[in-house]
Amino acid sequence: MTRTILMASAALACLAGTGVADTSDKRIALSNNYAGNSWRQAMLESWAKVTGQAVTDGVVAAADAFTTAENQATEQAAQIQNMILQGYDAIVVNAASPTALNGAIKEACDVGIVVVSFDGIVDEPCAWRVAVDFEAMGKSQLDYLKTALPDGGNLLEIRGLAGVFVDDAISAGIHAGVAENPQFKIAGSVHGDWAQDVAQKAVAGILPSLPEIAGVVTQGGDGYGAAQAFAAAGRPMPIIIMGNRQDELKWWKEQKDANGYTTMSVSIAPGVSTLAFWVAQQILDGKDVPKDLTVPFLRIDQDTLEANLETTPEGGVANVEYSQEDAIQVIEAAR
Amino acid sequence: MTPDRLRLLVPVMALAALLAGVFYMQPRAASYNGLNLLLNLAVPIALATIAQMLIMAVNDLDLSMGAFVSFVACVTATYLKDAPALGLLILAASVVIYAGLGVIIHLRNLPAIVVTLGMSFVWTGLAVLILPAPGGSSPDWLRGLMTVKPPLVPMAIVASVLIALVAHLLVMRSTLGVRIRALGGNARTVARSGTSVIATRAAAYALAAVFAILAGMALVGLTTSADANIALRYTLLSIAGVILGGGEFIGGRVSPIGAVIGALTLTLAGSFLSFLRISPDWQIGAQGAILILVLALRLLFNRLEARR
Repeated sequence: MTRTILMASAALACLAGTGVADTSDKRIALSNNYAGNSWRQAMLESWAKVTGQAVTDGVVAAADAFTTAENQATEQAAQIQNMILQGYDAIVVNAASPTALNGAIKEACDVGIVVVSFDGIVDEPCAWRVAVDFEAMGKSQLDYLKTALPDGGNLLEIRGLAGVFVDDAISAGIHAGVAENPQFKIAGSVHGDWAQDVAQKAVAGILPSLPEIAGVVTQGGDGYGAAQAFAAAGRPMPIIIMGNRQDELKWWKEQKDANGYTTMSVSIAPGVSTLAFWVAQQILDGKDVPKDLTVPFLRIDQDTLEANLETTPEGGVANVEYSQEDAIQVIEAAR
Repeated sequence: MTPDRLRLLVPVMALAALLAGVFYMQPRAASYNGLNLLLNLAVPIALATIAQMLIMAVNDLDLSMGAFVSFVACVTATYLKDAPALGLLILAASVVIYAGLGVIIHLRNLPAIVVTLGMSFVWTGLAVLILPAPGGSSPDWLRGLMTVKPPLVPMAIVASVLIALVAHLLVMRSTLGVRIRALGGNARTVARSGTSVIATRAAAYALAAVFAILAGMALVGLTTSADANIALRYTLLSIAGVILGGGEFIGGRVSPIGAVIGALTLTLAGSFLSFLRISPDWQIGAQGAILILVLALRLLFNRLEARR
């Protein structure tokens, strides 16, 4: 509700400020490489919702979403070249590969098309990047634990899928946080592959060999599985950092109501696609935008739990759609 | 009209129909730059299709095509740029390995599908070793070659015609080409004519490797950098391209010109569907429908041919 009001006011501000926005005749396309999981589905839904409204309000002329069928870089390169032919003014891209699209993206830049990559970013220098600072995301977990557990204690780290850079980045952030806070010690580390069932098995396997655990640092999609493993082993429940998944939030809510359990939850909202959309719109509007921008995290705390749980679909992930003003803030922050 | 010409008619018609559809929906495509954007990514696919066609000409199937092209792309974006001599050596060695595969498949009477499937893991593994994270960059001469702007006709068309012509001369007109196709048609005849069957098969594989290497290099020239998984879809695309272009799985019946047209048709089909704004959920299905339509047409022509 507040979002809609915010958006409406943003649109109004546009109308009041500069007459109809300068981008009203501009067309923006979304090039997406994959739609096969709940995060991507939510991402596309957010895009459709926010850009649909923007088109209705006359902020832009069109904002069409395209997804490749096979999640392959060469296919997406062809898709981007098609968009150049279709005469879009800006292309927002979630890339299958950080490098393999460079040729196609260069072609787009060369004819004056604005290219904004997000989530799956590209390293072609002419494109803008709305990137996730995964290291900061890992470190923020320690910042929370530092206040929640002033005495420190043993931590269990659940990592993601081995060999994926996201896993390395989040883990590096966590380890940096531990190095700064010597009252914490990582007593064990397992790979949960960002999946509840894998995390549960992995945690159950390592638990017997561990001392008392005060906190579990995670990467998202693994908190519920960890909680199940602790409960099954009859061990005291540590503070498990959650990752905004609906099952995690639901479990947290149950525990909160039953025994006042406290924790926090952090992840990237799929609505980041709408942030990239507004960034592209701002660039088309002639604003001076730095090439590298950072996505804000979506963090859920004890007091915002209920509201977020309510809006998160079953089996989904907590989401937030961004407004033009959010984009302006992010741009300002990067300066 | 000869049967071979008749076979070529269906792919040519399919390509013309798709091209007309694309131009109708997106008039901008009917220009020098438009055609290049539309078709430049078909060049590596056409080369990979010719490579696959050579393997299919001897009644085998190469399931490692995509992985091998990816491997070549990784070598091109790293060694070939920084240490050209070493890069060339690696690529030459891979041609020898391909020839060796032909020999092993023949000597041990192994199914090529199994051997090449196994090799696909080897190529992918090597590609990951060479380039653990996506990156590397294209040698400047290669980038220049793939973005060259010849007068009047765009690079994508010139390259496609050139590939079709060279492959046609090589496969349809040269002695080696005749032997390769004869091996697929009737291996015993080849043996009785006094030609070494092993050498012919090895040559077919080596030649396929050369075309696959050209495919990987062309791809890097277009993308400017590589990724260990960059060309995985080329395995199925290349097989579909050969069949679409009038080739057969057995009997040594292949058509190099048809194969190039098949590769162009497959590339255009994707663009056509995306211009149509078909939802991605349906796109694979729609691509399949186009394939079935073309193959059904061909079946019809085959029947007509048989009745005559």
